[in-house]
Amino acid sequence: MSFINYSSREINCKIVYYGPGLCGKTTNLQFIYRKTNPQARGKMISLATETDRTLFFDFLPLSLGDIRGFKTRFHLYTVPGQVFYDASRKLILKGVDGVVFVADSQMERMEANIESYENLRINLKEQGYDLDKLPLVLQWNKRDLPNVINTEELHKALNSRNVPAFEAVAPEGIGVFETLKAIAKLVLIELKRGTSG
Amino acid sequence: MLPNLVLYEEEYKLVTEVILRLVSEANAKVVFLVDKNGQLISSSGTTEGIDTTSLASLTAGNIAATGGLAKLIGEKEFTILFHEGEKDNIHISIIDHRVILVVIFDEKSSLGLVRLRVKKVGIELERIFKNINKKTKEASSGLGVDSPFAEITDDDIENLFS
Repeated sequence: MSFINYSSREINCKIVYYGPGLCGKTTNLQFIYRKTNPQARGKMISLATETDRTLFFDFLPLSLGDIRGFKTRFHLYTVPGQVFYDASRKLILKGVDGVVFVADSQMERMEANIESYENLRINLKEQGYDLDKLPLVLQWNKRDLPNVINTEELHKALNSRNVPAFEAVAPEGIGVFETLKAIAKLVLIELKRGTSG
Repeated sequence: MLPNLVLYEEEYKLVTEVILRLVSEANAKVVFLVDKNGQLISSSGTTEGIDTTSLASLTAGNIAATGGLAKLIGEKEFTILFHEGEKDNIHISIIDHRVILVVIFDEKSSLGLVRLRVKKVGIELERIFKNINKKTKEASSGLGVDSPFAEITDDDIENLFS
């Protein structure tokens, strides 16, 4: 649910990074934070446990520039990936405009990817969203690890919608901004479509 | 699922007037109005030195978590939260199920006064936001107000990233 303020001429949109535990959602945000001009971003907030696992969410506000005289702002959130934090995940999806699903490319995490994707579908449905219609981008993360599954298999398992998908190595930033740009575009296109009819 | 929140000049002015008045009537330091999804709508008072974007996001997270707790025990929502600090305190209340009113105050005010004033402006804000909702719905069904985004081209979007 975007927020359009005609008085301050701003559009605010919410993007959520979703995926199984330790797939690299927080790492994506950390890289974006490090590489973005300080004027274009706010503070990054991480509500994490003492062992640096996400407890509630990470939050990073970004400003992308003007579109037709309106400042476009994106609020990036991650969810806690660990299975038992499901109640928190549901809350963070409230008001979402677009989702980045980060999949862990390692062979042994395939089941966790599929489980998390199905969990996303269920949690979105509870909020009144349809995963088959919401702006969505996929990221195949950890491509640098030795035991990765090939991307065709990942497509087959997770990309029945045939949405944009990017290979990534999040700590090095490979694929991180490509993913962000793709979701931001889809969200803006949806905004255009949503207000034109 | 709630529709997009659209705030026009006229309502923005009304909202800002109300919270400006609340700052003085409640003897508060700062008053914020935040959307339930964590977007800052308006603020008033001494906001310097406060990271308003983070405050908005964390307030919404706080309300969301508390709302989750409420449901677990069979309540619809907790409409008021209060956090007491050594010097500053935060009073948080939900208006019309969708916006959050945050009042930060110190020893110059009291919880009783803040609660009293919040209750009064809550009714006013509720009326304003009911109107905003109505207008947003009309706009999204293509009636009444022109949207600037209908005209966005692919090039406009592309230019953001160049």
